[in-house]
Parts: sequence; structure tokens; C-alpha cells
Amino acid sequence: MKAVNKPISKIDGMGLVTGKPVYTDDLAPKDALIVKILRSPHAFAKMKDIDVSRALKVPGVECVLTWKDIPRIPFTRSGASFPEPASYDSYILDEYVRYVGDSVAIVAAVDEETAEKAMKMIKVDYEVFEPVIDFEKAIDHPSVIHPDHKNYKPNAIIHPNFDRNVACEYEYDWSKGDKGIDEIFAECDVVIENTTYNQAQEHAMMETHRSYTYKDMHGRLVIVSSTQVPFHVRRTVARSLGMTPDQVRVIKPRIGGGFGAKQNLQAEFYPAAVTMRTGKPAKMIFSRVENTICGTTRHRMRIDTKIGAMKDGTIRAIDMEVLSDQGAYGEHSKTTLAPAGYKTIPLYNKADAYRFHGYTAYTNLPTAGAFRGFGVTQGIFATESIVNKLAHELDMDPAVIREKNMLKEGETSVGFNLSTVFDDLSELQTAESCGLEQAVKRGKELIGWDEKFPKKEVSSSKVRGVGMALSMQGSGIPNIDSASATIRFQENGFFTLLLGATDIGTGSDTILKQIAADAIGISEDRIRVFSSDTDLTPFDVGAYASSTTYVTGNAVINAGKLAREELFKQAARLLETDVDSLEFDGDKFTDKKSGEVLDLEHMGTKLTYGKFQHQIEVTGSYVPYKAASPYMACFVEVEVDTETGIVEVPNMVGVVDCGTPINPKLAKVQTEGGLIQGLGLALIEKISYDSRGRMTTDSLMEYKIPSRDDIKTNLVVEFTDTYEPTGPYGAKSIGEIVLNPTPPAIQDAIYNATGIWLTDLPMTPEKVLKALKEKKNK
Amino acid sequence: MQIKLNINGSDKTLDVKPHEFLVEVLRENGYLGVKKGCETGNCGLCTILIDDKPVLSCSYLAVRAEGKKITTIEGVQAEAAEVGSFLVEEGVDQCGYCSPGLVMTIIGMKKEIENPTEDDIRNYLTNNLCRCTGYVGQLRAIKKLMGVE
Repeated sequence: MKAVNKPISKIDGMGLVTGKPVYTDDLAPKDALIVKILRSPHAFAKMKDIDVSRALKVPGVECVLTWKDIPRIPFTRSGASFPEPASYDSYILDEYVRYVGDSVAIVAAVDEETAEKAMKMIKVDYEVFEPVIDFEKAIDHPSVIHPDHKNYKPNAIIHPNFDRNVACEYEYDWSKGDKGIDEIFAECDVVIENTTYNQAQEHAMMETHRSYTYKDMHGRLVIVSSTQVPFHVRRTVARSLGMTPDQVRVIKPRIGGGFGAKQNLQAEFYPAAVTMRTGKPAKMIFSRVENTICGTTRHRMRIDTKIGAMKDGTIRAIDMEVLSDQGAYGEHSKTTLAPAGYKTIPLYNKADAYRFHGYTAYTNLPTAGAFRGFGVTQGIFATESIVNKLAHELDMDPAVIREKNMLKEGETSVGFNLSTVFDDLSELQTAESCGLEQAVKRGKELIGWDEKFPKKEVSSSKVRGVGMALSMQGSGIPNIDSASATIRFQENGFFTLLLGATDIGTGSDTILKQIAADAIGISEDRIRVFSSDTDLTPFDVGAYASSTTYVTGNAVINAGKLAREELFKQAARLLETDVDSLEFDGDKFTDKKSGEVLDLEHMGTKLTYGKFQHQIEVTGSYVPYKAASPYMACFVEVEVDTETGIVEVPNMVGVVDCGTPINPKLAKVQTEGGLIQGLGLALIEKISYDSRGRMTTDSLMEYKIPSRDDIKTNLVVEFTDTYEPTGPYGAKSIGEIVLNPTPPAIQDAIYNATGIWLTDLPMTPEKVLKALKEKKNK
Repeated sequence: MQIKLNINGSDKTLDVKPHEFLVEVLRENGYLGVKKGCETGNCGLCTILIDDKPVLSCSYLAVRAEGKKITTIEGVQAEAAEVGSFLVEEGVDQCGYCSPGLVMTIIGMKKEIENPTEDDIRNYLTNNLCRCTGYVGQLRAIKKLMGVE
């Protein structure tokens, strides 16, 4: 009767696939004002003057707001927990615009046509500056992107330097003994270097950013938003408009995908400002173009990695120097920079020393924000890439060099501490579960590694190669993330599970229900789930940092245990007996002394009505304290067409250690989706800008995500048999880790097939052909 | 201007603007299962049936629908539930935002192709994007639905 580890279907599935109106725009009031944003045509400019008088005269225009009308309160859109690890370096509207698409004015009108007509009537006189487009030239560029930072609230922990266009600087230097990293490099038999670049990537979630707002009868602002972080929206919007959180209520309906995009706040402020100004409902729907150029992207990074090893393949030192393109505003700077190091080095925990230094640089490009993988994706590309390169240098099998060096269960890494207790490195944390050995062994079998490595000629122009990579992530952010869950016992014996957690399509409502069922000791059929509404559901940081299964899952267990205790107490009261003499089989209590029986149906009704009334309602909370990292091994087989440069991926294997998969079906599908998003990053997707910073890939026509026709991959996903003692019923996270390993695995498979080493994502046919040609000419 | 059309079996007279696309008109009139995902005819979210063939309602002027038989997911709930149950059973509903358009295209495919191959399925549905599943699980579900080995 256990619900955990069962492949049940998603509880909202049938409603979604039959097209029920459950998303933000389906629910918006018909009379909502339509809110549009006039957006900057310049990458970097200051408004000398803005004249909205003609726009205001357009019949049907309700209001036009510029930076002069908005409270001058700096804040961050990061949507991270409080206090955010980011500088407060933006306003809802500013006199400066810092990327093509930055907000200039808010227009609210009775319909879209009217709003668009009014937008054309706004006259802006810009003083245009030289934009900073190339992130490698951003630091100490003559153009200072945030010259007016005296009013900001800089975050000292992340070391911003606005005059140098530095959003954040982060470093650590750690070695096991007395020798520093340079001494250890000097002792190594081989020291090799590798530079990797990843592109900016679009989330391209199918439902664009959107929110609508209204005032309730008490005059409070209600925001219904497609967000991953309802509670952070409450706090952030309140701050930005000079209000307090009690004046704001945030409701999350169903969400059409997020992948991190909807952690950053986007659409909420504008209708909120309009509703507060006019008292009327207002709605803002991002067009696809707006979503693409004015949402966030994955951070483009250059990572220079250096690795030192002995001839037998023992890895002794890893050094990373990172430069990250932050775009216009520093919403996720340190939070994506630092994990590129400390969430990858545990994979090679036996090394004697690690060094990491990095900057995130402001540029006049769209802001880089949270994106599934969150810096670890970039770090994994760098780390796994150089370990594969080291294997080639030493003429070793890449799988063997992993087996020799990789983290094993019960071992420690400084990376765990850097990501959890931060500066206390005195006692290193242990990986209480780690399935890497099993994942590599099984992955090799599933791909047929020993037969296929390194390559096989298919025809005169087609050659197949195999490659592999490891991956890891966290399970929430220890000592920062937190979650609560409330369980209420109702009439006729059903339970309500109230969650602040945010199901964005991951199935978290379903798996948390499974966890609750086992924690209470009842059938999951008895539970109804409701998420999330900041007035009704308990606090949860929201859906990011791979936190929901692990953090909220543990909160649900705590709530379930409390609910079970309360049920026993109340059953004892109703049966006039002691708790100790009760037996509970999930449906009914039996008093062992008298043989009297009380089923949950009667108990629920008795506790609801009349003289026995007692509301059982309990809340459990959880704050993680361990890294509890998930791990995986990914193996790919590519087929490179040496005439066209096209790389196909006929076979891909992912063996994942997420501890106990709470729902193996949903975990498998999430793994598949992540691996294919990683394939998009590796081979297909790319944002491009012209020299003035205008995005040239602003639609799904120009920004290509993998389509059904691109995926002819035989994809095999399995889970290791691991159990995380600190996890809910042994579980760890799954959401992000599964995106990370595809780029380095494909990179190495292409190398094994052809001998070309591509270090700049995406690895397009053009780059493959160019590299093949260069290799031939050598 | 006014157009006469048949939506989900009922004759309707609707007020439309000459430049309005069908997706807007349908959503304004309460057919909210029709979703919008792009403005360029790339994503397939707005797929409906016009005279039983899948059509992107974002690229179809409402005035062109004069006299035509329009089917939205609201009009084929039983069939959508049948097709959708295969998606849900495989766990590929995920965020669900692309599902109504995908389900409508599958319903169209079922009418047109009796015994599709794996490639037929991929080709027929290639205009229906999905960012969550990576398509492989959806293919498993659709093959089961269509009885493809």
C-alpha cells in the first residue's frame, strides 16, 4: 500500500491534456486593462526627455507610466530567497535603458490595439551611449553600465564593482595539505588546459511570462502569475511598489513550463503598478518576442580550466577561471558563478587542491538569469571536457579515468561545504549516498561502451563515436532554502495537502501527495492537493535549485508524522481509549482492548460536526543542511556526417542516482526531457545579437529548439539503487542534474569519431565542417 | 464584421475584425483550450480542426473560417480524453501547455493515417513543439495509442 516509488500518473494530467482552462490567461477577468511595455530600441541610453501627453489622449488609454511615476526603490528581480544574494541594481522603470528591449514606459488601455497605438505616440529623446556587447571586453570597458549606482543597494557578499562593470567576483583556493595548488601542479606528470564556451540559451517555455492583477474588496493587491516563486513575488513586488507584503496576495495557477525563467520576476510589476494606480484589473501577457528578448537567458560563460594528473591517471589539482556574461542586471551573478566550481569538483574529490576564480560581467544584453542547471551546466561542460581531454592525453579510457578518480559513497569533498556551510571548511561533509560507480558500470553496458569505444566507420562519409560525462547538482540550497506543508483532516475522511511548493509541470503536486500518503500511513486516494496561494498555503521558497522533492518532501514527511500523531490522539478520544492500544491500518482504527472500530470516514465526519468537533491541521517545515547531491553518468553515441557536418545522436543513455525515485515514471520523463534540452544546448540552440546588441533570434522561427524531427534518439534511462539517508524516503533531486552532461558527452563522442575538439557550444554543422577541414589541412 | 461558422457542432455568428486571427476570436469566445505559444506559426499550440484537418489557428484569419466547420478541444472531449490518457499514462503531460494542440493534431492524424509508422508520426506532429518531454516519451505514448509496434 506504499505510495512512494510507484509510477502513478500526474494528478492534474487529464485536466491538462483535455484543455481545461487552468492557466493564467484562461482565468484573467475579461475586463482587465491590457498592459503593454514600450521597449528600448537602444542597448544603452539615457532618456533626456519622455513625452507621453499624446499617448494619454488616445481614447481608451487608461494610464501611461514612466520612470517619473514609479517609486524610486532599487530592488532585484532575481526571485531568490531573502536576503537575496544579489545587488539591488534595478527599478521597475529607470531613466537609463541597458539592453535592447529594456522597459521605457507602461501603457494600459482597454485593448491591445489601443495600447499599441498609444505606444507609438510616446516621444522619447535618448542620449545613446556606446554599448558593451562582448562580455570578454566588458570589465573596465569605457562604458560604465551602471553609472548611477550610488542609489543602489550593493550586496557586499558578492563583491560587485559597478565602475568596472563587475556584478560579482568569487574565489576560493583550497588544498588538502600545506602545499598550494601551484606546487601541486609542479609535481604533476601532466598538466593540461582547456577553454570552453557555452552560448546564451533561451528557456523557450511554451507559456510565456504573464500575470494579471486586481484589488480585492479590502483594497489589497492580488497577483495571479505564472511564476515559480509566489512567495518571493509577494515580497519583491511589495518592495518595488513601496508596499508591505501583507498588502499583496499571490496566486499561482497551473504553469506552462519554467525551467528557471519564471524564478526571475518578469510580468508581475507592470500590471501591479497599473492596478495600484487605476484600481482596475490589469493583465500583461509577454509576446514570444518579448519573452525571448526581455526574459532571461542562460549565462554565457568562458571557462579556462587547468588540470594536473599523474601518469597513472590520478587527478591531483583542478583550477578554474570563469568569466560569466551577466547581461544588464545582476539578478543571478554569484549564485550561478560559484556553483560552476563547487558543484562540479566533488566529482573528483580525491584531488589535493582546487582553485576557482571568476567574475560575472555586466553587459548591455538581456539579463542572464536562473536556468535549469544554474551554472553547474557550464561547470560540468568545463570539468567533464577537460577530464575527457586528460584521458586522451594519457591514452586512457575516459570511463576508466572516471572510475579511478570519481567520488564514492561515504567520501568527502570541500565542494559540499562551499555549497552548504559556505566558509567553514574545517570538517568536510560526506556524500552519504553516491551511485556513480553503479551509474558508470550500468551506462557502459547499456551503450555497449566496450564494443563501440572509440569509433566505428559506418560508411565512407559517416562515422560513429561514443562519449561520456558525469553530472551532479544539489538538492536545494542548504541553510537557505526552506519549505512547509500543511495537512488538514476533513469530513468523510479525506485529507487536504496544502503546499506553497510550485508545480510547474514537474509533477511535484503528485509526488508530494505520494510522500504525504506514506508519512500519514494512508492511501494516496484520500489526499487532495492545493498549491499555491500566499494567503492560504504555507511558505515555500518555490520551484528552483532542484529543491522541491528534497526540501518540500522532507517538510511533507514532518507534516505527515504530525498528522498521524493527531489522528491517533483524536481516535483515542473518540473511542475512549489510550493511544497505545490503537491499531491503524490506513483506513480504520481498532481498539485492541475493546475490539471497537472507527474508520476514517466516520472519524472525519465526527470531528467536523457537532460536539466532538476538532480540526486536525498540522504544519511541518524543513530546512536542508546537507548537499545531498544527485549524480549521474551519461553515455552517447553520435554519428558524424563528414560531408555535411551534421551530428546525429542515435543512442543516449542516462543512469541517474536521484536516491529513491518517488515516482519512477515522472522521474524518467524528466530525465528524458532534460537530456534533450541538453542536446539542444550541445548541438542546436543559439541566441545571436548584432553589433548594436539587438537580438536576431527573437522568435521560435529563428531561435530553434529541438523539434520532434530532430530527435531520433534511442534514449535509455535507468536509476541506480541508492538511498539518501537525509532525503524523503531516500530521495534526492532530479530536475536539473539531467540537463548537464549532454554537451561534454557529445563533445567527446565527436572527438572520438573524428578527432576534432569543439569547445564552443553549440557544435553546429558549420563548426564541425570547419574543424574537419582544419584538421585535414594540418 | 460578422462571420457565420460552425463551432463544435453549433452554428455561431461572431463579430470579428478583418485582420483578426482565429485563435484570438476563439479565445475571446471562451474556447480556452486553444493556446497561443508564438506569433510565427512554429509551435502548434493553437492547433484546431477546420473541416476535420489540423490547422494553426494563429495563422488563419477568422474571416476565412466563414461557413467552415471548426472543432476545438472543447468539442471533442471524449476523444481528447482517450488520446490524452495515453499521454498521461506515459507521464508526458508534464506542464501540459502544449498538450491540447498536440492532442488535436493527433486526432487529425488518426483521421488521416490509419497505420502510421514511427516516421509518419514524427513527420505529422513535427510542428507541435514541446519543451518539457524531449518527445521520446510522447512518441512511446502515441505509438501505443496507434498500435504501432
